[in-house]
Amino acid sequence: MPSHDVLVIGAGLAGQRAALAAAEEGVSVGIISKVHPVRSHSNAAQGGINAALNPGDSWESHAFDTIKGSDYLGDQDAVEIMTREAPEEILHLEHLGVTFHRNEEGKLGTRAFGGASAARTYYVADITGQAIMHVLYEQLMKYSEQIARYEEWFCSSLALDENGECCGVVTRNVADGQMELFQAKSVILCTGGNGQVWRPTTNALICTGDGIAMAYRAGAKLMDMEMIQYHPTTLAGKGFLITEGARGEGAHLLNANGERFMEKYAPNKMELASRDVVSRAEQTEINEGRGFPDGTVALDITVVPKKRVHEALREIVLVGRDFAGVDITREPIHIKPGNHYTMGGVKTDVDGRTDIPGLYSAGETACVSVHGGNRLGANSLLDTLIFGKRSGKDAAARAKRTDYARPSKQVLEEEENLIADIVGREKGSGRRISEIKLELGQTMDGKVAVFRDEAGITEALEIVRRLKEEAKTAYIDDHGSVFNQDLIAAIELGYMLDNAECTCVAALERKESRGAQYRTDYPERNDEEWLKHIDLERTDDGPELSYSEVTITQWEPQERTY
Amino acid sequence: MAEYTIKVRRFQPESGEGPYWEEFNVDLDPSLSVLDGLLQAKDKEDGSLAVRCSCRAAICGSCGMKINGQSGLGCKTQIGEAQEQANKMKGATGVTAAEASSPIGAQAPEAQDAVRATGQVEAGPGTTAVTTATEAPIVIEPMGNMPVIKDLITDMESTHWTKIRRVTPWLLPHGEPPEREYIVEPESMIDITQSMACIQCGACVSSCLSMEADPGFIGPAALAKAYRFVGDPRDAETQERLHDLAEDPHGIYDCTHCFSCIDACPKGVAPMDQIMRLRRKAGEEGIEDPNAGHAHEVAFVKVIEKKGLLDEALLVQESYAPGIKGKLKPSKRGLTETIKSLPTILRPLRKRKVKLRQAIPGLHHGLPKEEMNDVKSIYEHAEEHNEELNLYIRGEEGDDAQPDGAAAEEVTNG
Repeated sequence: MPSHDVLVIGAGLAGQRAALAAAEEGVSVGIISKVHPVRSHSNAAQGGINAALNPGDSWESHAFDTIKGSDYLGDQDAVEIMTREAPEEILHLEHLGVTFHRNEEGKLGTRAFGGASAARTYYVADITGQAIMHVLYEQLMKYSEQIARYEEWFCSSLALDENGECCGVVTRNVADGQMELFQAKSVILCTGGNGQVWRPTTNALICTGDGIAMAYRAGAKLMDMEMIQYHPTTLAGKGFLITEGARGEGAHLLNANGERFMEKYAPNKMELASRDVVSRAEQTEINEGRGFPDGTVALDITVVPKKRVHEALREIVLVGRDFAGVDITREPIHIKPGNHYTMGGVKTDVDGRTDIPGLYSAGETACVSVHGGNRLGANSLLDTLIFGKRSGKDAAARAKRTDYARPSKQVLEEEENLIADIVGREKGSGRRISEIKLELGQTMDGKVAVFRDEAGITEALEIVRRLKEEAKTAYIDDHGSVFNQDLIAAIELGYMLDNAECTCVAALERKESRGAQYRTDYPERNDEEWLKHIDLERTDDGPELSYSEVTITQWEPQERTY
Repeated sequence: MAEYTIKVRRFQPESGEGPYWEEFNVDLDPSLSVLDGLLQAKDKEDGSLAVRCSCRAAICGSCGMKINGQSGLGCKTQIGEAQEQANKMKGATGVTAAEASSPIGAQAPEAQDAVRATGQVEAGPGTTAVTTATEAPIVIEPMGNMPVIKDLITDMESTHWTKIRRVTPWLLPHGEPPEREYIVEPESMIDITQSMACIQCGACVSSCLSMEADPGFIGPAALAKAYRFVGDPRDAETQERLHDLAEDPHGIYDCTHCFSCIDACPKGVAPMDQIMRLRRKAGEEGIEDPNAGHAHEVAFVKVIEKKGLLDEALLVQESYAPGIKGKLKPSKRGLTETIKSLPTILRPLRKRKVKLRQAIPGLHHGLPKEEMNDVKSIYEHAEEHNEELNLYIRGEEGDDAQPDGAAAEEVTNG
């Protein structure tokens, strides 16, 4: 049985950072990823990473912006930690080799970003996530003796010992279908978000909420699952992302009449208000008939000097050219709000610890919560790195003081039986996996999106529960062992449906409008009743609700305007 | 919406059969991608069709494949364009890319031949294999220069990643890091951002002709990665890296300048340009180049600058004995090297393909003086536009500094 002191599941930024931090503590580390690590979705973070590193800036200012951005649902102790540790982390990355943009003096240069009161976003052109992730992967290659990489291994469930502590995971080697039980003293879930539950989404096909669902099934609490970010600038239809960096560089949003409509919604910050505000403004323009016939508004990047576009927004030039047939240096591009980010997730403390001893989580999978109701642009990379590092450290410390518990073979057998059941279903015994995924995605995008109401969410929940039943008989075509992507898709569908159910239940429960949750039937924020987190725990009848306090240190909730 | 026929080279390792072609009819908007087409076939017809993919937006690098024989990303190639290309190829050559493709199916070449001989496709169950008379099928194959695992999935670990690890792919600074950031020229970071833009998709490796001839070649992706460190002012082992890459017989001088990797690269990394930069830096380091490539380049530039025409004999001697300043007269060492190269020149001399005076360094005539002014202005232009290879500085269609779009003709990306 392969064993590691610390086992990291998922190898995006959070996972790689966690693995490196754990290895630094001298414990043995394994990192498992269902795709090759550099394929992870952290790649897609274009715009940059926030830190109050400039002499004129302060972590307090960064923290306040983050808390205001979160619509006061972020836990302020966690936000303080993240913003205080940010500058050191940026310097650490720079020392490892990230090719951050420089100013004329050769020092780290910044760009402006949404919801921020200072230009504090550090970046590499518009490939910041990719540039950082590839540098971390360089470090994984460098430290290959301390960190074992399991590339293209898929995790299907967590193993708990008789005391209810996490002691391993069940995995499948994608290349040959071999099932394996891994033993570990600490397990860190860093499997990213659940964007594929919505369609369209900016998220990659691999973002199926695996870690969130695995933790939930093992009995860990989830938190803030109703908080799903719609990014203001995505391509209609395909959902591809146009970085907020474009607006950071000065691009305008225009409706079909050519009006810079943000004047009405956020007269001070204009296009750089926080994302929930901009997305709602756009959707309002579109709903009230001032959008284009394809249900979009326009992003005008032609106002940004060309030289600057080539240097700082090159990826967007390519996205425009290859995926929309638009030269963004010459004409505006049509965009709309699209599913982008999971603010909620596995409930953790500031060291990544979940309710289950030995089980940790970091990055988009986790909910510490630093993002609360709405995440600021360029805070997600920061979240992955800071809490990846912290959970890696704490997981290593735990590993040093505990012994291996032997995970029961039963969990492996259960998993093997489940797979045998899926593979054994006859063609035509039920629906195709792809059909169910499509119906799920369209339902969620239609009813649990920028604007929500009780009737819509209720309907979505009913559909999700029907789809859960249908998934039990859905069949696949591939019956082999080697790269059986069909089988993995079937297991991922189960993860997605659990994620969807939790989001619907929490969205229905929160009877107010805060951050990304806008209820047309409860259009106001209601601090008296709802300044609290919604927690969810799995039962056989669906998620059970409870509440937890929002930690407030020094910033009392105020009215939120931009 | 439009109908397309995609013809996929499949290989199911557990079937005991060799590779075979299968056609799928898909129905989608021409602006959608070849990957979208494949996923539609997978979703609706055959879930066992294996293809790595994730982001759909040319950032994760999963879906490297050959489309109509050209290496690239499935998600970045619009299916409508792929159709036009397939039709053009058939129109021009009378054969489809599938018929023209080289066999990779070492597992069972006879199965491959069977398909090619009949020109027909063995359609799988539930598949309608119909190619309309006017439209050629869009041909999709796994990447080249890598073993195939299943359908479009190749073994990148044993090839691509092994080569990446060969170049010591991490920063090697000396001493303790500074308290704050390293202070470096802003341009140096932009310069290496072009190779940082690499997403490790393997399309360049798939297309590399040198690697086809020498599987040991470190190759375009790994060498572009190497430039990312050689060009990084924070790295303290530039010399060691350059010696390592230059002295390896499968290193930087193994590239044949064929431009395939530049065509294949979906991110404008232009790996060959990065290899040429490595060679230039190696030359500047005084590293001896077995092909005298750097010296050859310098000599070539000098000879043309001086004479306007290529004096090949002078080029040989100048390549081995540089240092002729004003007069372009043969030097002693240059003459020795030239004499060594005599066997190469004797045959054409005997066959009267070359005149005797062309074989003696320095005797070849130059351009008339007035025409030399044009040569001079070309040199001046090149001097002024020294940095334009880098897309992050120049942009793709000519930036403001070059409103006439001259740059667009100089570098193209497939």
